[in-house]
Amino acid sequence: MATLNPTAPRRRPSRRATDTERANWKTTTILLLCSLTILLPLYLAITMPFKNNQQASSGSGFSLPSPIDLGNFKIAWDTVGFPKALFFSVVIAIIAVAGSLIVSSMAAYAIVRNWDHKLYRFSYFYLLAAMFIPFPVVALPQVQLTAFLHLDNPIGVGLLHILFGMSFNVLLYTAFLRSVPFELEESARLDGCSTWMAFRRIILPLLGPMNATVGIFAFLASWNDFMMPSIITANPAQQTLPVVQALFANALTTNYNIAFASYLMAMAPTLIVYVFAQRWVMSGVTQGAIK
Amino acid sequence: MSTAAGTVGTALAVETDTGQPQQALDHRERRFDPTYLLMLFPAVALFTVFITIPALIGMLFSLTNYSGFGSWKFVGLSNFTSLAGDQTILGSYWFTIYFSVITTILVNVIALALAIGLNSKIKLKTALRGVFFVPMVLSGIVVAYVFKYLLGTSIPALATSLGWTGGETSLLGSPHWAWLGVVLVTAWQAVPGMLIIYLAGLLSIPGEVYEAASLDGAGAWKAFRSITLPLMAGYVVINSVLGFKNFLNAYDIIVGLTGGGPGTSTTSIAMSIFTGFQTGDYAYQMANAVVFFIVTIAISLGQLFFMRGREVNL
Repeated sequence: MATLNPTAPRRRPSRRATDTERANWKTTTILLLCSLTILLPLYLAITMPFKNNQQASSGSGFSLPSPIDLGNFKIAWDTVGFPKALFFSVVIAIIAVAGSLIVSSMAAYAIVRNWDHKLYRFSYFYLLAAMFIPFPVVALPQVQLTAFLHLDNPIGVGLLHILFGMSFNVLLYTAFLRSVPFELEESARLDGCSTWMAFRRIILPLLGPMNATVGIFAFLASWNDFMMPSIITANPAQQTLPVVQALFANALTTNYNIAFASYLMAMAPTLIVYVFAQRWVMSGVTQGAIK
Repeated sequence: MSTAAGTVGTALAVETDTGQPQQALDHRERRFDPTYLLMLFPAVALFTVFITIPALIGMLFSLTNYSGFGSWKFVGLSNFTSLAGDQTILGSYWFTIYFSVITTILVNVIALALAIGLNSKIKLKTALRGVFFVPMVLSGIVVAYVFKYLLGTSIPALATSLGWTGGETSLLGSPHWAWLGVVLVTAWQAVPGMLIIYLAGLLSIPGEVYEAASLDGAGAWKAFRSITLPLMAGYVVINSVLGFKNFLNAYDIIVGLTGGGPGTSTTSIAMSIFTGFQTGDYAYQMANAVVFFIVTIAISLGQLFFMRGREVNL
């Protein structure tokens, strides 16, 4: 992938070209075999929803569906209340992504520009400490707190996602902003540009690649999460896509076709986005890894 | 971007007019600018309200007999002493820690091997990379449900039709082997995250180093042992510490795959803490959470201490 090749040029010894050529085919074959561990479960997940009841409840599930039954998607859609669950998943993802971008980048900017102040330096380590406080440790008091504040709903879950991603995001942003010299803003400031304007007009555009990384991580973490919504959200009617899938796991035992139709619909949004924006997602995520 | 560049350009043009005094003034203004405080405030305030305060309240309640509602009184450290004799809790610690150790090692080995494979000159590079990263975008619990069918129904059916004795029963139904299912599915999903970091790390090793090694007659294994591994040690540390910390919090995949069973053989620490509300053991499970927190920190610091100084820089 082009995006994974930075400036460092990589050269291989050319005098043993035939040797490396053969070895490469060997590596390719091994990797292709390894990729089956990913592709086979995906194959199951994608073909099962198209089978009828009889086909789904017999055999190992690896046979191709025939006849093709499209009715399972409709049944699954109605059983879990797909549109509503999708709505709450989207609400949480929007709060988590927007909140992570705004709160973390502002905090990181303030910290980097005031590193010589004790208060800001202390805040930095204070925020980083969250990395060592996993959600289960504070889960019980948090359930009470969110109930007390009337945040035991998707909005509260979104807020908590901002928080549990914050230490990592602040770390990413500060690492990036340290490489942005103050001179870049200085002249604009002499011209009467306020701190807020400097952040919005000069810093924010520079943060583009970091925003992509933080945004992708925040989206994936909040969209796919089961633990937080299942613990925090009090009303079962406000549950997200991953949580409502439990309906099948606990109730229907042999109607795998309907259950898998629901699973596939739950996986589809991220899977489709990934297939079409793969290059973009990968470069965003890699950026984060290098920092 | 163009707007910002424009602003900078205009400002540069007038810089000569403004002179020293204003720059000094501007500098002082910058140091005491309340805007910075306002920018820092949301992060610190949210963090304090939603993490620090709940953590402190939780620690306080771990010293009481609070059941989640109603009245309570302080009972000292009795919750902690009961924990030490609770076989279910000790079992969850034992399971969570050995599951985390095995998964950390397995995922690191697979991810490093895949990274080296994907970084060499192979055919279908883009497609293969694309495939190996798919698990990262999928929801853990949904992945677990799919694997529950694969390991619990599909493979036993396949084993029966092939006449493979020992494979007809579900791996997940065995109290002795269900953990292996949890390890495999967790690894399946965790490999891409570590793979990214290893791929980024491999790109930082210049090709000339391998070229020189090859001219000196070093084979592929020798090159891996003497060049790749030492230079990647820093990345191994990052992956091990972060990975281990995540595996200690295992919840989603276990809930979907085994529900903590059979019996309590695959119940993780997080799962036992969350039962605190259902069983009215709030204070008791909060004591469990405090111990878990201390264990998490001790292990992370231990890993950093043990692995520090083992990396090599070019």
